[in-house]
Amino acid sequence: MSPQTSCHHPLRFDADKCDGCMACMRVCPTAAVRVRYKRAWMLADRCIDCGECIRVCPGRAVVPLTDQMADLSRFSCRVAIPSPVLYAQFDPDVSPGEVFAALKLCGFDDVEGPSRACDMVAAATEIFLSEYRGQYPLISSFCPTVVRLVQVNYPALVEQVLPVRAPREISARDAKARKAAETGLPEESIGAVYITPCPAKMVAIVEHPGLERSYLDAAVSISDLFRPLATAIAKAHVGASTAAKSAARSETSSGVNWAFLGALPRSLAAADSLSVAGLPNVIRILDDVEKGKLRGYRFIECHACVEGCVGGCLTVENPYVARSKTIRLTQKLPAASPELRSEVERRWQNREFFTDTAFSARPLRPLDENISAAIAKMTQKEALLSELPGIDCGACGAPSCHAFAEDVVQGETDKRVCVFSLQRALVAQVEELASLVHGPGRPAGGEGL
Amino acid sequence: MASDEFERVYEVTGRDYANAGRASTSIKDILKHLGVHPVVVRRAAIASYEAEMNVVMYAVRARMSLRVSPAAVTLEVQDEGPGIEDVELAMQEGYSTATPEMREMGFGAGMGLPNIKRNADVFDIKSEVSRGTRLLIRIAQAA
Repeated sequence: MSPQTSCHHPLRFDADKCDGCMACMRVCPTAAVRVRYKRAWMLADRCIDCGECIRVCPGRAVVPLTDQMADLSRFSCRVAIPSPVLYAQFDPDVSPGEVFAALKLCGFDDVEGPSRACDMVAAATEIFLSEYRGQYPLISSFCPTVVRLVQVNYPALVEQVLPVRAPREISARDAKARKAAETGLPEESIGAVYITPCPAKMVAIVEHPGLERSYLDAAVSISDLFRPLATAIAKAHVGASTAAKSAARSETSSGVNWAFLGALPRSLAAADSLSVAGLPNVIRILDDVEKGKLRGYRFIECHACVEGCVGGCLTVENPYVARSKTIRLTQKLPAASPELRSEVERRWQNREFFTDTAFSARPLRPLDENISAAIAKMTQKEALLSELPGIDCGACGAPSCHAFAEDVVQGETDKRVCVFSLQRALVAQVEELASLVHGPGRPAGGEGL
Repeated sequence: MASDEFERVYEVTGRDYANAGRASTSIKDILKHLGVHPVVVRRAAIASYEAEMNVVMYAVRARMSLRVSPAAVTLEVQDEGPGIEDVELAMQEGYSTATPEMREMGFGAGMGLPNIKRNADVFDIKSEVSRGTRLLIRIAQAA
């Protein structure tokens, strides 16, 4: 186990800023953080990119690896694709049109609103469910952290992950085609940039599970854009271009609803679907799915963050307030056009909504590749665990006695790193010494020499 | 215990709905850590959960033991309880003696035992009325 940064994770531990406080280690839902010698590092194969470490780090030592505006200069044309969560960062009186105009003032050439793709994907999911004949329940695939959680911790469930493209991917593809037609530029020189509430979307862009490629080229965080956008909105309030305002008319109540949990179950209007948000809750639900307990449900919408994407660690507004603001905004927006349904049906026939490949299982590395060796290590681990205090104090640098015992068995650390094991070893030594001096059976603090 | 066999024993208490499912969650976790194939993990997860819920719903208490060897995953459940009067009948899909309380919890479809059998390569059940039931299942690990 060595300190490592991985190109496959959208976050980095900055050793210069880390003071080893263990906040990240304690909050990590997959026990993927270790802390030694006053610095934290990540076990890359266990991390599922949820960003809880970014959220809790008091020293900002866990750095999200999203793109900066300066990185976008490589494109001749930049199209912003905002997450529906973006609207909820501002006052509910700020219209989508003003947000679009502000994005343009901040350096984007165009904006593709998220609603249309969200509405199309909702309709496509409904068609998929009506034709699906496999195992239930299906698990939503739009949160990259949930996809990774299933791949790593619930590999038998990968076949139940909904093979429908995320709305952000549909938006990116449509935006590129539209801009290429408008400008005559080749699609490669058009950058589709997601305005993201979390770093996990970077993984979806770089690794694109289930897709041969991602149509998105970059992701800029809502938190990085918040201040320039807020300033621009103040200006845009007066001078929003009519073009931007009319483009924003495509925003719908059902599309913007995707900002918080439950959008799909609401649009499917199906009693046999449920939505769950927050990783500990998602884990409990997936445990039940794996045990066959939730076969009566057809669809489960899962979000890693509390309340859904409004809870993303790269947002600014409190998730509960953001949810309330989203509801207020959607009350002012129109419903999706009924004509969209025929477009979805046509594009469904062209298989435009499907992922390219199935999601692959990436099971957690077992104690040993050889099962006999793994069994031997498990037996050792249980024996060691019975000696440990079981209070998960973290002083050893592992998040729990359970994780520590596993690290010891794997030869990553030494049993005496546990302060309780060390204490016991010292007491045993002192007693041994005492028995040498006073004779066997006498207490160490007995009569003097 | 053979050196290349791992064993873990769980105590399951009847009517303890608040803790129902813990043993099967732990079993699943152990099998994953041992590198057991995902398909075998899933079969074991479903079978152990159904077996655990049968104890919670019908028995007073049970000793549930998991044994893992390179060849197979074995689960043995020995319960103290009312026993099953007609095992053949209980094995029929859709046959259930569930109470309204159990049905309230989403059980009682009469799928428990058939589901366990479907997910096991070896299935053996012996029951003695007003004493208890012993269930033994084995799931082979692909060589």
